[in-house]
Amino acid sequence: MAAPVLHVSVQEADFDVAAECARLTEGRADVGALVTFTGLVRDRGGDVPVSAMELEHYPGMTEKALTEIAEQALARWPLQGAVVIHRYGLLLPADRIVLVATASPHRQAAFESAEFLMDWLKTRAPFWKKETTPDGARWVDARESDDAAAARWGRG
Amino acid sequence: MRVLYFAWLRERIGAGREEVETSAPTLAALVEELRARSEGHALAFDDLSAVRAAVDQEAAELDAPLRNAREVAFFPPVTGG
Repeated sequence: MAAPVLHVSVQEADFDVAAECARLTEGRADVGALVTFTGLVRDRGGDVPVSAMELEHYPGMTEKALTEIAEQALARWPLQGAVVIHRYGLLLPADRIVLVATASPHRQAAFESAEFLMDWLKTRAPFWKKETTPDGARWVDARESDDAAAARWGRG
Repeated sequence: MRVLYFAWLRERIGAGREEVETSAPTLAALVEELRARSEGHALAFDDLSAVRAAVDQEAAELDAPLRNAREVAFFPPVTGG
């Protein structure tokens, strides 16, 4: 198998899901499974309406952390490639925040690795969300369920 | 040493970065020194169970040694994705 494709980006701009998928499939016919996950800004946080979301990150460490997480996925599953894109800055409800895409000859590796990437990204990549609500802006609290989801993959 | 703050730690301290002269042997010792700098610092480090850290852009526990670290960052648990 040729060296897997790895594309990691931390960016303010939106991304095009179809174009990102093409990175993994273009010019080859051996990909049997392409899984994508797109995270979007919800218009509610619990019971509270959310009108905007500011995403702060740690330039330098963010790119490093996402690359390490993606390399872990490539080491654990027989993948032909992985794409991880995370946006920062001011986002509005329904905007895309994050994209994970994985390609593999068979679906199990693609599904599992995409889930792994999201679980690890949520607990290890240095991003912080601040929601704008009718009562003002508030930092989003980390969720214990995210830690539990990441823990089931073991330590890296 | 460069010290960076993110999210509500940055807001409480009133700055995203500062240069610090220190010989603190561990992150925990550095936190004690930073706490004394201002009321904002004290407030930011009030509850250490809500503070995470990185040394030279690698996640680190608060008892981690600092050795010759060039950049230390403090931030709340991450909430990306």
